[in-house]
Amino acid sequence: MICSLRQLKVHDKATVTTVNAGGEMGRRLRDMGLVIGTEIEIVGRAPLKDPVAMRLRGFTLTLRNNEADYIYVDMKEPSA
Amino acid sequence: MKTCTIAFAGNPNSGKTTLFNTVTGSHHHVGNYPGITVERKEGTIKFADSQLNIIDLPGCYSLTAYTQEELVSRQVLVEERPDVVVNVVDATKLERHLYLTVQFLELGIPVVVALNMMDDVRSKGITINVEALSEALNSAVCPTVARNGEGKQELLHQAILSSEQHHGAWQPLRLSYGPDVDPVLDEMEQLIAKRSFLTTRYPARWTAIKFLEGDDDLIEKGAVDHQTTTELQQIVENLRVHCEKTLHTFPEAIIADYRYGFIHALLRKDVLTIPTTDARLDITDNLDKVLTHRVLGPSIMMFMLYAMFQITFALGDYPMQLLNRLFTLIADLAKTIVPPGHFQSMLVSGVIDGVGGILSFVPLIMIMFIMIAFLEDSGYMARVAYMMDKVFRTFGLHGSSVMPFIISGGIAGGCAVPGVMAARTLRSPREKLATILTAPFMPCGAKIPVFILLIGAFFAEYRALIMFSITLVAWIMALLVARLLRSTLIRGESTPFVMELPPYRWPTLQGVMIHTWERTAEYIKKAGTVILAISILLWAGMTFPGPSEQQLEAYQHQKQQLQVAISHSNTTQQRQILDISLGQLESQHSATILKNSAAGQLGTMLEPISKLAGFDWRTNIALLGGVAAKELIVSTLGTAYSLGEVESANTTTLSQRIAADPQWNKVAAISAMLFVLLYAPCFVTLVVMARESSWKWACFALIFNSSIAFLLATLVYQIGIRLS
Repeated sequence: MICSLRQLKVHDKATVTTVNAGGEMGRRLRDMGLVIGTEIEIVGRAPLKDPVAMRLRGFTLTLRNNEADYIYVDMKEPSA
Repeated sequence: MKTCTIAFAGNPNSGKTTLFNTVTGSHHHVGNYPGITVERKEGTIKFADSQLNIIDLPGCYSLTAYTQEELVSRQVLVEERPDVVVNVVDATKLERHLYLTVQFLELGIPVVVALNMMDDVRSKGITINVEALSEALNSAVCPTVARNGEGKQELLHQAILSSEQHHGAWQPLRLSYGPDVDPVLDEMEQLIAKRSFLTTRYPARWTAIKFLEGDDDLIEKGAVDHQTTTELQQIVENLRVHCEKTLHTFPEAIIADYRYGFIHALLRKDVLTIPTTDARLDITDNLDKVLTHRVLGPSIMMFMLYAMFQITFALGDYPMQLLNRLFTLIADLAKTIVPPGHFQSMLVSGVIDGVGGILSFVPLIMIMFIMIAFLEDSGYMARVAYMMDKVFRTFGLHGSSVMPFIISGGIAGGCAVPGVMAARTLRSPREKLATILTAPFMPCGAKIPVFILLIGAFFAEYRALIMFSITLVAWIMALLVARLLRSTLIRGESTPFVMELPPYRWPTLQGVMIHTWERTAEYIKKAGTVILAISILLWAGMTFPGPSEQQLEAYQHQKQQLQVAISHSNTTQQRQILDISLGQLESQHSATILKNSAAGQLGTMLEPISKLAGFDWRTNIALLGGVAAKELIVSTLGTAYSLGEVESANTTTLSQRIAADPQWNKVAAISAMLFVLLYAPCFVTLVVMARESSWKWACFALIFNSSIAFLLATLVYQIGIRLS
């Protein structure tokens, strides 16, 4: 299921399908390894629900929700 | 002896600086790159018949031109052409860290990869085939553990070996960027080579790639050859349009994809195996469950910040008082050795007090940096930013702004000097500037005696309430002014909060100590010279031109009379009375000197304006003195009220005098407290602000903060007077 990164909940796993950001924003995301095909797992949200923390490529990355809006992901069905 | 220049480079949190410290020990010095606040660390060591000059490049994720750290790293590599780059990578996050490695390889500079944190790799059960990785990267790869020096010797051997093999020749790696980009890249490369466009410094293909990535720095540098730049940009534009139409993406995104693709393929060839272990074993994840928990996280954070603040100022108090006493002793000594007069006065009030003022901050700064180094190196600081970001972003700041605010006095009693320095942890320039400019609004320890003095005079029964309100007003003002600045003068998109949450680690003692010492030494060196000069200037401003000849004559005449009377006095009672009269005479004389000094005249001159906010000339002089150091406000006020030297700790008499003075009333007291809270930062803070941003911004703070303070004080005074 394709959705925005913002919509993911803690422990959701997904694969990045689109990174819609250019300029500095896009560059920073790419430098941190957020490119198409990257597998991510949401590991937490800050106490005020924003920013969001996710695990990818063996490390933890944080993003604000309005930055997460640039990223679309293919959410994996939760393995029961 | 051979010499070899080695640049240490790597991502933030790769252990690069730890490795640099382990390798160079104490043999290094810290400076700044010209014009910017990025630090330049260099060290020289002797190793196996060679002299190694080691440069520690600032941590960066990439070699684009978006941050100062990246630009500096590039500049050093291209302009100083070190013999070899030691690229420190965190071996547990190899995939991401190699992204920077690939960019070094594309630049062509000889690279030795330091495969750092091998202890974590082993404990996590990850295996890395070092030879295979070395072969795939066509560079030497050395496993290291920076924290204990494991692999250090081998790394340096490899670095020397690599520099000898290459003899300064660069061999750029040629990556394929796929069918859409490659032909365009070839075309650009040929054009660049043919025109010798920037080729003395940059490999042709690298320049081409940077143009495709839309690199402002290189495009600007290319402006010398306007025609080629325009042609190249046209080619890039065509590709950009093509990419957007047919692939819905950007050239730079394609380039990044292929780089990651290259790394992915490279790591698959039996180089890296990561066990699919249970995440429950990860200490960091478990700690984060508590430390960033919705309720527990902020509670623990508040406790940590409060504890840190308490420790800093409790521990810092003893050495601070010791230093103060030492300087009082030195001042007394100077008074006995040097004959009275202008020179003695300058030596004592200008030089000794000035130097004492600078050095008394040193214990605070040291302890604060030990704390910050600990919080940063342990990984907790990143969590604080993560938790606070939502609140601070609303005001155009960053989650990391919380630390400078608190240290500056966000919990009343801090100090803006270490506070402004603490803003270094902010990696986003606009947010950092806004933080630096607003942190001095906080009620620092030196402003508190002023509040206590005025509260004592007018609101003795509401002490706690008023102190609390002052802190609250400071926070509100700091955040609102930050918001105002961020939507006017420091306008611009908030810097993306794309941040790494590094794993928790115990900081190394050596790392924390080196970090602390570097910052402290820098403070003493830079602040010392400027502040000494200012301190002497201020002394002159508060001494000259001095009283008129008649006043002086009258004073000396009276003094002589009293002295004669004292020597003739018979009873101790009589003598005591005369001694008191002599003391009063001298206090009055000090007040006369002050009133006739440049500062005094300025204070009197400003009275018509300052009256709007309820300040008379005495307050004006004290406030002017407060620009040098807020501690001076109370003591200058004491001199102006002819009370002689007034100790900040004991202001009862002054408080009574002020309460009795018809110039003062409750409204004027509130207006004065508001003004003192918000007006110009003290000179030490201004110097530190200039160091962290620029003199332009420091001067801006001086004027802007004073204006805001005066405006508000006037508003409060005028409304208050009409209501009461």
